[in-house]
Amino acid sequence: MSGMNTRTATIAVLVENEAGVLARVIGLFSGRGYNIESLTVAPVDEHGRLSRITIVTNGTDMVIEQIKAQLDRLVPVHKVSDLTLEGPHLTRELALVKVVGKGEHRVEALRLADAFRARVVDATTESFVFEMTGNAEKIDAFLGLMRPLGLAEVSRTGAVAIMRGRAALAV
Amino acid sequence: MSATTLPANPTDAELRPGAEVVLRALKDQGVEVIFGYPGGAVLPIYDALFQQNAIRHILVRHEQAAVHAAEGYARSTGKVGVVLVTSGPGATNAVTGLVDALMDSIPIVCLTGQVPTHLIGNDAFQEADTTGITRPATKHNYLVKRSEDLAKVVHDAFYVARSGRPGPVVIDLPKDMLIKPAPYTEAPKPETPHRSYRPVTEPDPAAIREAVRMLKRSERPIIYAGGGVINSGPEASRLLAEFVHLTGMPCTNTLMGLGAFPASDPQFVGMLGMHGTYEANMCMWQCDVMLNVGARFDDRITGRLDAFSPNSRKIHADIDPSSINKNVKVDVPIVGDAGRVLAALLEAWRQDDTPVAKDAQVAWWRQIDQWRAIHCLAYKQDPAPSAIIKPQHAVKRLFEITRATGRDVIVSTEVGQHQMWAAQYIGFEKPNKWLTSGGLGTMGYGLPAAMGAQIANPDALCIDVAGEASILMNIQEMGTLAQYRLPVKAFILNNEYMGMVRQWQELLHGGRYSESYSDALPDFVRLAEAFHAKGLRATNLGELDGVIHEMLAHPGPVIADICVAKDENCFPMIPSGAAHNEMILGPDQEKNAAAVTDEGKVLV
Repeated sequence: MSGMNTRTATIAVLVENEAGVLARVIGLFSGRGYNIESLTVAPVDEHGRLSRITIVTNGTDMVIEQIKAQLDRLVPVHKVSDLTLEGPHLTRELALVKVVGKGEHRVEALRLADAFRARVVDATTESFVFEMTGNAEKIDAFLGLMRPLGLAEVSRTGAVAIMRGRAALAV
Repeated sequence: MSATTLPANPTDAELRPGAEVVLRALKDQGVEVIFGYPGGAVLPIYDALFQQNAIRHILVRHEQAAVHAAEGYARSTGKVGVVLVTSGPGATNAVTGLVDALMDSIPIVCLTGQVPTHLIGNDAFQEADTTGITRPATKHNYLVKRSEDLAKVVHDAFYVARSGRPGPVVIDLPKDMLIKPAPYTEAPKPETPHRSYRPVTEPDPAAIREAVRMLKRSERPIIYAGGGVINSGPEASRLLAEFVHLTGMPCTNTLMGLGAFPASDPQFVGMLGMHGTYEANMCMWQCDVMLNVGARFDDRITGRLDAFSPNSRKIHADIDPSSINKNVKVDVPIVGDAGRVLAALLEAWRQDDTPVAKDAQVAWWRQIDQWRAIHCLAYKQDPAPSAIIKPQHAVKRLFEITRATGRDVIVSTEVGQHQMWAAQYIGFEKPNKWLTSGGLGTMGYGLPAAMGAQIANPDALCIDVAGEASILMNIQEMGTLAQYRLPVKAFILNNEYMGMVRQWQELLHGGRYSESYSDALPDFVRLAEAFHAKGLRATNLGELDGVIHEMLAHPGPVIADICVAKDENCFPMIPSGAAHNEMILGPDQEKNAAAVTDEGKVLV
């Protein structure tokens, strides 16, 4: 069998914003044994009729082609786009990171946050909440640095992605 | 009145109770028959049914049977089958039928009752999360929460059920939606594109040209046609025959595709797959170019995947893009409706000037004739009148005698050995005459499916070739047959075993017949009589033909209990995990089964 090498794919899916559509997508992944690394969803048009789901998954080429074909045949799905294949694209994720500590650790956390362009969105005398955006690797790196400095809690959105240039995914 | 001319605030006169709106939408979709079973949540629909004559309701005895009956109705007519069941247990009982229809691509619209919207989520009496449960069991499903969506959803459901790769669709109807006044919306015009679901039916001309060039140069071609040809409609079967005759190639059908190509045609090499003919499977093994139209490289067809047709280039035409390159990597993918693909192939074949590899194909046919000479379906029937009936012989005689009547014959089956023998020994000349549970393998499918086919085809001879174990799974439908005077014939090959289970236990599990003996069987003759039907029994060869004749002559439903050899196995057989060229042919070669690996056992 060809295509045994696995790859990561970022797939954008435009769907009708109707009840159960997310369950259909997630059920498809669990029912057929596909991986989900991250999944985000929100309405994206002005009337709230369309939602965009961004899924980061991995598998062999054959599996990723299957995932796209299976997504595309769901009735409420308008468009499926494999951003990883379709050319340059941007991926961003937002993270809220709580770091608890005093003294030197606190100063060091603030200094590193500045280097990573993370903003302080909440502060007490014993804690910070940082907000940062970036790709997953950047956030992972930041979290790695915060761990010894009192990392207490993390909330991440998962990846959202969009193609560079003029081309647009629309109905 | 169309949707666009509806006033913004319809007056009370234009609003009708939801149940009536649902029935009107069904009627506008051309529905003539509903298979159903009433209950609390759907009482408003039953009340509306009572007050009209356009739609006939067939009262089944179990909701699973309602779906199988609708499948038989759909498969034998090409129309969408319609089911009506109540909430909770009504819906959960229907699930097996829905998955069966999903696996075999049968268009079904199933209306399920639901508790009123304000009670949803409260664990109300007979509440079940029907859309949640049926999401992976259907092609699509809906929960109607606004009266104004009722008609629109019904129209949408029919479009989804029959378009692209057909399948079952559920509409969950809370009881308050059925009572509350609702507006009617006309079905969208056929030329209005669906907002999101628009399957491709026209094949890509470049792919068609490439396929034709590949086929013309082929020295050992095979055409492998499946249920997609039947779903496309009778014209697709006609085009398939035309293409096979034009090209001079051998043709094999899948279990679901039987009837897509005439069984009596000299270019037909029989069914392929686990219990397919030797010649069909050897063609698949040895071919250099394979054209798959409307089949999906199911594991029962391919056997061991890494040894499947190792030296061929493959062309795969399917209306479902997700079926292409799912199991088997193909060289030329063609997305499209089977009928359109065949029409395009015919035209391209006539226009393309690539020379056909004729001499090589003559040699290919010589090879095929050598495989045929093995007579893989031969069996030994002791001719003495007192002899035990071989199940293969019972099916063969059933076929010969029914064919001689000249009647329109529709055959359904349950699941197991008898199903395979029916597929092997009954020849189908036309599509829509063979109803069987292929993908899901649902025991209990055959009797209700024959019932649905009989409703749709009142003059046809509808026969359920059954096993004594399978038929008991939906035997209650004998009551439905009696109520509607449906002359369905149940032809039971009674070997007192779950035969296919017993066969696998014999071949793969050291003859340890764990729980496969049908102990304490009912007396099927008296059981038939208890259900107001005729019961017949043949215990030896001398009685067989007489029982078949008597069964066919009786104007009402019949159970024919054919007592057959208990230890007969179904051959040829490709054991699990084996390749096509490792086929077991008959009793003398059974020792080969020892070669089945543990990996093979895992493959079921």
